[in-house]
Amino acid sequence: MKKSPVVTIVAIGIGAALFFVLGRFVAIPSPVPNTNISTQYGLLAFMAALFGPLAGLLIGLIGHALIDFSYGWGIWWSWVIASAVFGGLVGLVARKIRLSDGEFGKKDLLAFVLAVVLGHAVAWFAIAPVLDIVIYAEPANKVFIQGLFAGAANIVTTLIIGLLLCYAYAAAKPKKGSLKEEK
Amino acid sequence: MRNIFNYIDRPSPVHRLTGATKLVCLLLWSFASMLTYDTRLLALLMLLSIPLFALSKIRVRDVSFMLGFTAVFMVLNNVLVFAFSPQHGVSLYGTKHVLLSLGGSYEVTAEQLFYHLNLVLKYASSIPIVLLFVCTTNPSEFAASLNRVGVKYSVAYSVSLALRYIPDIQREYHEISQAQQARGVEMSKKQSLFKRLKSASAILIPLILSSMDRIEVISNAMELRGFGKNKKRSWYMARPFTGLDYAAMALCLALLLAALWLNHLNGGRFYNPFI
Repeated sequence: MKKSPVVTIVAIGIGAALFFVLGRFVAIPSPVPNTNISTQYGLLAFMAALFGPLAGLLIGLIGHALIDFSYGWGIWWSWVIASAVFGGLVGLVARKIRLSDGEFGKKDLLAFVLAVVLGHAVAWFAIAPVLDIVIYAEPANKVFIQGLFAGAANIVTTLIIGLLLCYAYAAAKPKKGSLKEEK
Repeated sequence: MRNIFNYIDRPSPVHRLTGATKLVCLLLWSFASMLTYDTRLLALLMLLSIPLFALSKIRVRDVSFMLGFTAVFMVLNNVLVFAFSPQHGVSLYGTKHVLLSLGGSYEVTAEQLFYHLNLVLKYASSIPIVLLFVCTTNPSEFAASLNRVGVKYSVAYSVSLALRYIPDIQREYHEISQAQQARGVEMSKKQSLFKRLKSASAILIPLILSSMDRIEVISNAMELRGFGKNKKRSWYMARPFTGLDYAAMALCLALLLAALWLNHLNGGRFYNPFI
């Protein structure tokens, strides 16, 4: 079944609201300052796998910008963009997963793990630190170490929470072709 | 819990500006402070925000919590920068004036201190204006103003939906979390990290599955009302521009142009007093 564009728009809105609530209230503090182990990326990966790259990109962008707004420390553009890129990449790589049909097999698991690792690696090992240097002229070794820690922690938490969500969602959905005509 | 975005309704000239104007000004202002590392312009931007706060009738007490939060963040960031790269200022400004030696490569140089001053000014020049924007812009008007500055209305509507449903989802999260706590799910510091992650997902799964149902209900309702049929839509919260709006945008544009001009004049983003 093809999804209507309205569903994507609503998914972006609700997804961004969920991303905001999780990021703002369910952050687990980590040993490194300025960096939280965040639960919202698991949700973002799940939503991106379900609703596609555009939804992933915009949920990351809007959700993260709203979090920064509500803290009032100004929008830290480099990290907002990194979140958006992560959502978009997961949506692109995980395109083949047919979560909406209630299926999440071994192949889908592999695709999801690949999407999350690739997305986080690009977002936190490359985009966030490079933008930190370009926009804020911060020293390179500091931003790369910060990004390395954030990325590694994010990969682990995203996989745990994202996979749990995928399995729970697939189990809750009726499988495609699960009804048979009686003869 | 309801007023998460800290909008404060007071009659003032800044509140009377349309949301679109404030958004354009915020963007121009933050680009200006992002693009330049010229100490003089950053200081000017910081000083300019003081009369703006006075004009908008926002008191320091209203934003003291957020300012405190930001101050901690700023101090931590400065300490990290110094710890990782004590010679960053020297490499940026090209000269070296040692003031104090701490052993090893840890020297306090005039260049490094000047770089830290710039870093602090960078926060101080961009954060007050964000606070001002958050305190004086009605969240419902925000989505309308996004559409006004050229964002596609479907995306602007997504933002509007997000703002609308944040309190609902927050309430639902709270309810589910209390229900799970009553069943013995614990998320406090006493648990190990892995246990905490597990309990977090015991709350997340019901929250997210019910949100998926919500998406279906809302999109069906919108589709039944013909959302997305036309190329344009009108906004209940949109207001026409006045002279004040144009003046504010012109001022912020001037600041951005000043930043670009100074970058050109300094031959780079840094104002260098050492040569």
